[in-house]
Amino acid sequence: MTDNITFLLQLIVTGLVLGSVYALVALGFVLIYKSTSVLNFAQGELLMFGAYICFVQTVQFHIPFIWSFLVTLIFSFILGLLMERALLRPMLGESIISVIMVTIALSTLMRSLIQIVWGTQTKVFPPVFSQEPIYFLGLFVAEVHLYSLAFAMICVALFGLFFKFSSAGLAMRVTAFNQQVAQTMGINIKRIFALAWAISAVVSSIGGIILGNINGINNALAIMGLKVFPCVILGGLDSIFGAIVGSIIIGILENIAGGYLDPILGGGVKEVAPFVLLVIILMIRPYGLFGKKLVERL
Amino acid sequence: MPCGLFHTRYRTDERIFKTVWVRSWVAALGFAVLLLPLFVSSYILYVCNTIFIFIIGAIGLNILTGFTGQISIGHGAFVAIGAYSSAIMTTKLSLPFWLALPGGGLCSVLIGIFVGLPSLRVKGLYLAIATLAAQFITDYTVVHWESMTNGITGMYLPSPQFFGFIFDNDSKFYYLLLFFAIAAVMTGRNLFRTKIGRALIAVRDRDIAANLIGISLFKYKLLAFSLSSFYAGIAGSLWGFYTNIITPEHFTIVLSIDYLAMVIIGGLGSILGTVFGVIFMTILPELLTTASILLKDTFGQITTLLSAIKGLIFALAIILFLLFEPDGLAEIWRRVKAYWKLWPFSY
Repeated sequence: MTDNITFLLQLIVTGLVLGSVYALVALGFVLIYKSTSVLNFAQGELLMFGAYICFVQTVQFHIPFIWSFLVTLIFSFILGLLMERALLRPMLGESIISVIMVTIALSTLMRSLIQIVWGTQTKVFPPVFSQEPIYFLGLFVAEVHLYSLAFAMICVALFGLFFKFSSAGLAMRVTAFNQQVAQTMGINIKRIFALAWAISAVVSSIGGIILGNINGINNALAIMGLKVFPCVILGGLDSIFGAIVGSIIIGILENIAGGYLDPILGGGVKEVAPFVLLVIILMIRPYGLFGKKLVERL
Repeated sequence: MPCGLFHTRYRTDERIFKTVWVRSWVAALGFAVLLLPLFVSSYILYVCNTIFIFIIGAIGLNILTGFTGQISIGHGAFVAIGAYSSAIMTTKLSLPFWLALPGGGLCSVLIGIFVGLPSLRVKGLYLAIATLAAQFITDYTVVHWESMTNGITGMYLPSPQFFGFIFDNDSKFYYLLLFFAIAAVMTGRNLFRTKIGRALIAVRDRDIAANLIGISLFKYKLLAFSLSSFYAGIAGSLWGFYTNIITPEHFTIVLSIDYLAMVIIGGLGSILGTVFGVIFMTILPELLTTASILLKDTFGQITTLLSAIKGLIFALAIILFLLFEPDGLAEIWRRVKAYWKLWPFSY
């Protein structure tokens, strides 16, 4: 009996770690969606790019991890700015499908570039945190998992504070709420759009570095960008808080489904369970847990 | 409009091929297409056959996304369902080709209606995500329902047989697929001259307004989904019969993205554009492969990087089209025609 409970708790803790990484990616995703109404399919590639940049610095240039981490953030910030300026701004006012297609093409582009530069083999980070399991509250948890969880939580909290108190954060929230109102308040919307992409890239790259530390880096990291859809739909596409809650729920649920159903259905349940949940949510409550219900009029 | 062409009856105005010149050019093109297999290698025929199959699937996607405005990122799932149902029907139920082909299409329609159901409540981005989920769930089912689909080893399909005539090589298949591609293009083109087609376009332009003037959204959205998935199912089924073996790798999200790219580069809401888009997106990677073989001696690594380079060019093509020619090849074709119409006195 206790074995069962330990197994369940173990699944929940690993799910929590995964969920906190999802939360970072989902945060970036919702940020872009809220302020620019663009559904970004290249979020996973942003994550992968961050992981690779950090990897190159720590392994090939032997820069201490903390510095390479900071440099990666700057890189991602610039990348986000460039992407917005070069690809997304010309698409302002185009139909939804065109904008979606641009981000899909962008994701293929980045994935191909990464493949050309770094190949397809899994790259392993030098151990920054140990993989040794430590005994924590009656459970065995890898140290790296614990640090990742703490780190992701800190990042989410920091961004929460940024949106609540900094003037740039406030401006972004106004823009998300109503672009016209924001403009009359003297906010430069174009700058906000660029900032949204830049911050989103930064947040995702943090997620990428954390995941890279846990599992190593390869092309499969990009799938995270698609896994984020169930999270944000569950939380509500236009709610940052919802995205975080949704991500953690999905992370835990995915692990539990995988842990209990894999032996019955023969593997791979982890990959598909969030999407089954997504369909169910869309059928029952399309605007998610915390999303705004859209009322349309002519 | 060509000069000197004055319609006095609606019937002539509604014609697809309006002038004698257009009709004769189309006839000449048709003749050339019919005679093509006599002169070219089987590799070219293979490329042509692929194009025909993709035309069928892409027209299905354009009916849904281009004409009805329902974004689908899960078209590959319907293609997969068509292919696998046909395979199951021929191998497990030993049905003949002429039953298994529409059977695959109909199975696809059933799933298509099911996936289309959320479209009644959600739209735009939410629907896109719902179809994406359908894609992943189908992928999973195909890989893991091993008793039905053989999992990752794939399924074998026999060459189609029609009243004792076996389609077993590229040139025989060429005519079979050509027939289906022309049928798909003509039904697609004619669909939008009917009440149904106009209703679908009204749903795209403003669904609430369409509902107000008496177009049942329930009926027409589901109709669009069923039509689109029927085309997809037929395309998948034909693909299975053509390649004789189907594996799950062919039907991933990459296929859905390919289809979307074809439709968008060709031009949303244009049947002719779809044909152009398919030809462009099929020939481009083939040209790259040929180029990489030619360049193999100069750049040794080029073959190992080929898939990445293909992805790169593919993505660049989409981005450049969307930035500089959002209406796609159909628009370019229209401009070229307009230029030559009054040439050399275009003022």
